[in-house]
Amino acid sequence: MNEYTVELSDNGTIAVDDTILVKGVQSAAGSRILEGYKPLFSAEAVTRLKDKGYVIAGKTHVGEFGLDLVGEFSYYIEKEEDLKGAAASLISKGEIRAALGVDMNGAPRRAAALSGVDFLKPTYGTVSRYGIISCAASGEQLGVYAGNVKSVGEIMEVIAGHDEKDGTSLKEATYDYSTEVAVSGKKVCIIKELLEKVDDGTRQRVNAFAEKLRKNGVIVEEISCDLFDVANTAWQILMTAETCNNVSRFDGVKYGHRAAEYKNIDELYVNSRTEGFNFLTKSVILYGSDVLSKDRYDDCYGKSLKVRRVAAEKFEELMKSYDAVLTPICSKTEYKAYDISGAFETVFKESVFTSVANLIGIPALVSGKVQLMGKHFSESVLLSLAGCAERVGQ
Amino acid sequence: MNYEVVMGLETHVELSTESKIFCSCGGHSAAKEPNDCVCPACCGMPGMLPVMNKKVVELAVTAGLMLNCEISRYTTFDKKNYYYPDLPCAYQITQLNHPICTNGFVTLKTSTGERDIRINRIHMEEDAGKLVHAGKASYVDNNRTSVPLIEIVTEPDFRSVEEVITYLNKLKSMFRSAGISECEEGAMRCDVNVSVRPEGSTEFGVRTEIKNMASFEAIEKAIRYETQRHMDAIEFETEELVQETRRYDDASGKTFAMRNKETAADYRYFPDPNLMPIIIDDEWLERIKAMKPVAIDEKADVYREAGISEKEIDMLIHNYNASKLLDDVVALGCDAKNAAGWILTDSVGILRRNGKLLIDLDIRAEDLTAIIQMVDSGSINRMSGKKILAAVIEMGVDPVAYCKENALDAKVDEATIESVMDKVFLENAQAHEDYKNGKVKAKQALFGACIRALKNTADTDIIRELLDKKLSNL
Repeated sequence: MNEYTVELSDNGTIAVDDTILVKGVQSAAGSRILEGYKPLFSAEAVTRLKDKGYVIAGKTHVGEFGLDLVGEFSYYIEKEEDLKGAAASLISKGEIRAALGVDMNGAPRRAAALSGVDFLKPTYGTVSRYGIISCAASGEQLGVYAGNVKSVGEIMEVIAGHDEKDGTSLKEATYDYSTEVAVSGKKVCIIKELLEKVDDGTRQRVNAFAEKLRKNGVIVEEISCDLFDVANTAWQILMTAETCNNVSRFDGVKYGHRAAEYKNIDELYVNSRTEGFNFLTKSVILYGSDVLSKDRYDDCYGKSLKVRRVAAEKFEELMKSYDAVLTPICSKTEYKAYDISGAFETVFKESVFTSVANLIGIPALVSGKVQLMGKHFSESVLLSLAGCAERVGQ
Repeated sequence: MNYEVVMGLETHVELSTESKIFCSCGGHSAAKEPNDCVCPACCGMPGMLPVMNKKVVELAVTAGLMLNCEISRYTTFDKKNYYYPDLPCAYQITQLNHPICTNGFVTLKTSTGERDIRINRIHMEEDAGKLVHAGKASYVDNNRTSVPLIEIVTEPDFRSVEEVITYLNKLKSMFRSAGISECEEGAMRCDVNVSVRPEGSTEFGVRTEIKNMASFEAIEKAIRYETQRHMDAIEFETEELVQETRRYDDASGKTFAMRNKETAADYRYFPDPNLMPIIIDDEWLERIKAMKPVAIDEKADVYREAGISEKEIDMLIHNYNASKLLDDVVALGCDAKNAAGWILTDSVGILRRNGKLLIDLDIRAEDLTAIIQMVDSGSINRMSGKKILAAVIEMGVDPVAYCKENALDAKVDEATIESVMDKVFLENAQAHEDYKNGKVKAKQALFGACIRALKNTADTDIIRELLDKKLSNL
């Protein structure tokens, strides 16, 4: 399989996923609706990397708008039996050092786990979202794939920081991506309810990772916490609603795919969008449309906003006793190809491990095929914890 | 039976900001050609994020202060979803849940007396683009996309067409005087909610909404047509009234149904996650209050006290540039009544000669002050002052330098004037003779001849004085 949608340089060290704009290069978020769309400007993160002398190797495949598990439903790739993400594969093969990805519903985190590489979804507002094909603005965040935590930290140093072109970009945040914070005596919790949702192999991974932490003097405790299912439902509601709204601009009028056959403006919209979106995106549009409708708004969207507030408070409370949460990131050790008609439910279920980070904007690091989450701006703690586990493994 | 008409207004006003509401493209009226004030953001391209233009908030708050509103200290934006080719993102960013201003009122004076109209809310939003239809094709022009608007929503407090038009004129004067909007045709658009009920009834009748009218004339005609339609329906059962949205057709002078309650669109509003809530703290509010111009009625009173004529006051309160210029030159030490003459008579005359209007007046307050002070101090005469004013308006010259270069401030002493006058009398012996024979008009001819002979270098008052002396001595 070719992981690139467009290859840009033989001596490039960084890849950029297809949801992130690179000036003059087709950026289509894995969707037919944006076929041939060449943006007039690059994403802020891409510009910052180029300014520091990093060379972009190419653009990597993503599933349409990042809505699937790991990138299996892109318009631009052939179906494969074993699912794995393009950017994560390139890193695990050693072809590139790092890659940028957009974490909107956990796809890059799951992909990193399948390939055994790292991915950091940083704190919301720390990396500019200027120049990403935005779907769920309130929780999506640009993050970094790399082969080890040091490389993740190095790239984060370059791309993080205030950008006036993004109204949600934080102004006075303090950033720390060091990987050498002392971890001895830190406290990490494992969530019982999440371990019950995974297969034996995955459970063993979490336990093995916990052992490595303990060897470094970290205290690891299993606790019970009911936050994750409700956070998942809330995020899926917000995410589908925001995505439905953001992809409504892709209508065949201005750019990208336009149906060949139409008699009037309504047919132009309907035919272009019918042909341009895959079944999963259509499911998300319908679901998102429904939760925003007048009759359902209060029970769905409005309630989810309240859940977001409560979840943030609850997580903050938990973080008074612990420095990080250790969880699985996928329910299985590997994913096999499946039919797109079941994709919406499959992704919904798998997102129970990822949604809370999108919902409340906390950092989430996948490393050693497991996930660490912490309070806002605790990236250096997460990177250091993963870093010490990395060293035990060597 | 006698009927009472009940109306509420939603008025959209395009704000006079330099740039659009969420991007740095030129704002209202900046564009010359279709799509020459557009960028990836206001064209709905992916990857661009809205960034709030603070000036919009300040103008909206100013409007709220002028309409006696409560100013929200926490205000947020929502997305309103609908598909139309002139709406590139397929959603409009507007304010639903936390509008910038609420609970105001405006006092109207009409032939039936004075009444307050309650303002329900003022909110900020972005305008849509427009479609240009040519033959079988339609073209999208996004110049107007994301131009900032405020929408002023009243309670159903209007009882006559006269009140509606008075209200709109008042908004227009206020917004122009405050530099909020020029409110020219197309920049002020109105939706009118109309219902009719038997006089004395306290229940509302069936309400219809007439959408998107841009001229006062259309609004007046549409209301008259629609009220008559309602009354006919009630009195003669000509049709069954339903709650619906209607459009006014200028050609036929009638309104037509667009959509009713059942087919009404669900706009699926939700809070825009790309725009953080705006917090208006005390300091910012005080700063806006300080910038807020004096309320229009108070301003008129100030001008009246300064002895400015009613006609001039009317010109001033309808023209922000002119009233600001006047206020500025007064602040620089000029007399208000005198300065008003320079602006509203002399400048307007010069502009008219150039095919322009008062709205086009572009002169620095310092330059006008310099001219007025040169005249007032007697260093030049009024005629020279007007010459300099014309040069400043037409060519943008520096008034003091221009005066020097053209020797307009050359001092002419009385002896010189008298000797020139002697020559004039010799050359115009007939006129002198006529004057002596009782033709008063002949004096004017002699006066003009003196001015010409002195090449406008002498003070006209002195000429007149000396001329009178000479004529009475002879």
